[in-house]
Amino acid sequence: MAALLEVVGVSKRFSGLKAVEQVSFNVPEGEIVGLIGPNGAGKTTCFNLIAGVQRPDQGVIKLGGARIDGWRPDQICRAGLARTFQLVKPFAGLTVMENVIVGALNRTNSVRAAQQISGRVIQQLGLEGKRDQRAASLTLPDRKRLEVARALATAPRILLLDEVMAGLRPTETDHMVALFQDLNQRLGLTILMIEHVMRAVMALSRQIVVLHHGQVIAAGAPEAVTRDPAVLECYLGEDAL
Amino acid sequence: MRERLLEGVPRQGVILLSALLAVLLLVPAVASDYLLTVGILILYFAYVGQAWNLMMGYAGQLSLGHALYVGLGAYAAAALYVHFGVTPWIGLWAGMAIAAAAGGGIGYLAFRFGVAGVYFAILTIAFAEFARLGFDHWPWVGGSAGLFLPVANFANNDLVNLRGSPTMFYYVMLTMTAAAFVLCHALLRSRAGYYWLAIRESPEAAQALGVDLFRYRMYVVVLSAAMTSLGGVVFAFYYNNLFPEQVFHISRSIELILAPIIGGIGTLFGPLIGAFLLTTLAEALGEAVRAVGIDVPGVKQVFYGVCLLLVVMFLPDGVWPPLAKALKLDRRSADRSSER
Amino acid sequence: MPASILVNVAVSGLLTGFIYGLMALGLSVIFGVVRVVNFAHGEMMTIAMYLAVVLFSAYHLDPLLMMLPIAAVLFALGYVMQRGLINPFIARPEHSQFMLLVAVALIIVNSLLLIFGPDARSVQTSYAYDSFQVGPIIIDATKLYAAAAAAAVAAGLFAFFRYSLTGKAIRACADNYQGALVVGLDVTRLYALTFGLGAACVGAAGCIMVLLLDVTPALGPSYTLLAFVVVITGGLGSMPGALLGGMLIGVTEALAGLLFTPSAKSMFAFGMLVLVLLFRPQGILGKSAS
Repeated sequence: MAALLEVVGVSKRFSGLKAVEQVSFNVPEGEIVGLIGPNGAGKTTCFNLIAGVQRPDQGVIKLGGARIDGWRPDQICRAGLARTFQLVKPFAGLTVMENVIVGALNRTNSVRAAQQISGRVIQQLGLEGKRDQRAASLTLPDRKRLEVARALATAPRILLLDEVMAGLRPTETDHMVALFQDLNQRLGLTILMIEHVMRAVMALSRQIVVLHHGQVIAAGAPEAVTRDPAVLECYLGEDAL
Repeated sequence: MRERLLEGVPRQGVILLSALLAVLLLVPAVASDYLLTVGILILYFAYVGQAWNLMMGYAGQLSLGHALYVGLGAYAAAALYVHFGVTPWIGLWAGMAIAAAAGGGIGYLAFRFGVAGVYFAILTIAFAEFARLGFDHWPWVGGSAGLFLPVANFANNDLVNLRGSPTMFYYVMLTMTAAAFVLCHALLRSRAGYYWLAIRESPEAAQALGVDLFRYRMYVVVLSAAMTSLGGVVFAFYYNNLFPEQVFHISRSIELILAPIIGGIGTLFGPLIGAFLLTTLAEALGEAVRAVGIDVPGVKQVFYGVCLLLVVMFLPDGVWPPLAKALKLDRRSADRSSER
Repeated sequence: MPASILVNVAVSGLLTGFIYGLMALGLSVIFGVVRVVNFAHGEMMTIAMYLAVVLFSAYHLDPLLMMLPIAAVLFALGYVMQRGLINPFIARPEHSQFMLLVAVALIIVNSLLLIFGPDARSVQTSYAYDSFQVGPIIIDATKLYAAAAAAAVAAGLFAFFRYSLTGKAIRACADNYQGALVVGLDVTRLYALTFGLGAACVGAAGCIMVLLLDVTPALGPSYTLLAFVVVITGGLGSMPGALLGGMLIGVTEALAGLLFTPSAKSMFAFGMLVLVLLFRPQGILGKSAS
């Protein structure tokens, strides 16, 4: 299966601190890949590098075969990559609907068309009842859902999810997992997800990449990775398995 | 922008708006000359306030040097008229082009170099001051001695050259203010409008959703500048004299942002309400003070300052949002305000 | 143009620059600690200037001698302003804080206009026309005393922040707000203290400035802007930067006034501001983007 997202030898330093070092992995088209690792491993930095918020010091990032390292985030989004933020950034003064419309406008100039797209996405994420509520007044789980809805509305080829399950109750987590499975199987949406909630990672990922101190220490099928001694060592004390 | 203009506006809103328009149209028929000039002032501040509101209320960029664009529009049209007899209807295009270029220039410098927030505001102040000092030393526009337009007979209303009675100016200003209102209403529901609001709320999130920050910030700055300059054209032909010291002065810039702030940043009605409240109350205060016998310069401005202070402290979103709520006119899709 | 004239003008500008520096120092301290942009800075200086004028014309008290009492009055004003007015605004969006102080500035300028009228007032000291001669350089006595006073106040401020316990506490607040709260510092009081100090600085600067300039109410906004230019050039949040910026602006202004037209001299200050904002926004001595 062709790789939709290729990360090759990417490194990034911040004032002498190596956040990400020689990281390489692929996300095949139509698959869900999990990116895990202890806090501070460099996962969000990877996302920021892929999404264009930061520029890698070294390495190449390709989306659908075209190089995107050095592109601006909005250019990368138009090319088909959407991401959510770990610390959600809703458009606080706008309603849920308006928030999602901004995302939908990525693919259409018509606000009316965007409204229709947004209506569908809002339903998928279960936010239908809060359409006209201001984002500032939403609970955290709803804000997370909004974050995902907005990103989905941009009609991406690949969706980067940054710890979307954190803070959700198990039933909510299951709902999200089901949603992503559905989008993946029905629409072929490729997903790269940073997650600590192992329940979700194991349920969704076909492949897992493990990051530790900015380097990839393991990659492969979930069963294999979760038994890898190196991985167990870095997670020692974490009772998530 | 093929959406129907009145879609989403609640019924009472349409009725009230029509009533308001009717009242405004009839004012010259019943008002004295003095009240007419007050009306012109209100409309002027509503208009330039709306233009400033585009940048601040919609795109979140604080400009404290907007008098620059008023001045450029004013001087361009006036100078062309005085030196070449060019009608202001053509002169205004020169004014808009120059103001747009200036806005574009400032925007380019600011956005390319990441100058934002307070620093951006200071940059805008600096450019307005630059213009003030520059025009002071420019003989072709009269320098610090000023540029004077030939005062014409009030009886003849010459619309082509904008020479005429207060009534004529009133209708000109009313048309402009109404047009600005309609334009902003349409813009708010357009793709650009959504993108601007997104940039105001969270530039990083906006970027992650495909919004080209630089491009949309530039759009709003250039549009705001061009719109403001038209107000300057009317200013020049109404007052018939221009002095750099006054036209570009920072107090002008502060003055024109008072109405939208007090009325409500980011709302359509804010600038209008703000202009109305501020101007009428200030005039009333002036009258009262004169009646008591103290006629000292500065009273009006202290009043403005106190109003601004009170609004900033207790009504941070301006007067319009709570008013709209009370009148049940605050349908979200018609009028978005930034409540934080 | 003979070099001696250039040198004379430059020296004169340098001395004036000390006073700009002192004024900007107040702004820098306020911004560096409380993180509020004091848009009423120049207006506060104008208050001090008028106080000095009034005391001089009523009791013939030299402004330099009145520096301490007037600075104390401004200190109280700043303290009360921060405590009462500005404190609730710390968490509000930037433009709200800005507008609050714009409103204050508007009120101050026009209240002064109401009270004193638009005509210029000045202070004519006995040494107004004295000068010293050092080689080819002629130094205005007033300017020299003014610069010396400014330097003394600045030195006092530096010492306070370096060596006193309160000064260190204030620096702690600036460095790490949460940390300061955790160790039990009364941040609200310290913020008010800092604003008071910044106001006192600008009050002292006003006393000194009145020896060199006539005061009108309209002076306020120009000097607020100048203070910003100085602080941004020298580096927001850097005390030595404020002084350095002041001297730099003082010299460039003076030379520009000589080489071009006097009234255009502030254009160079703005030119410098634009260049700094574009290419080195942290200023000459400031720390890189926070």
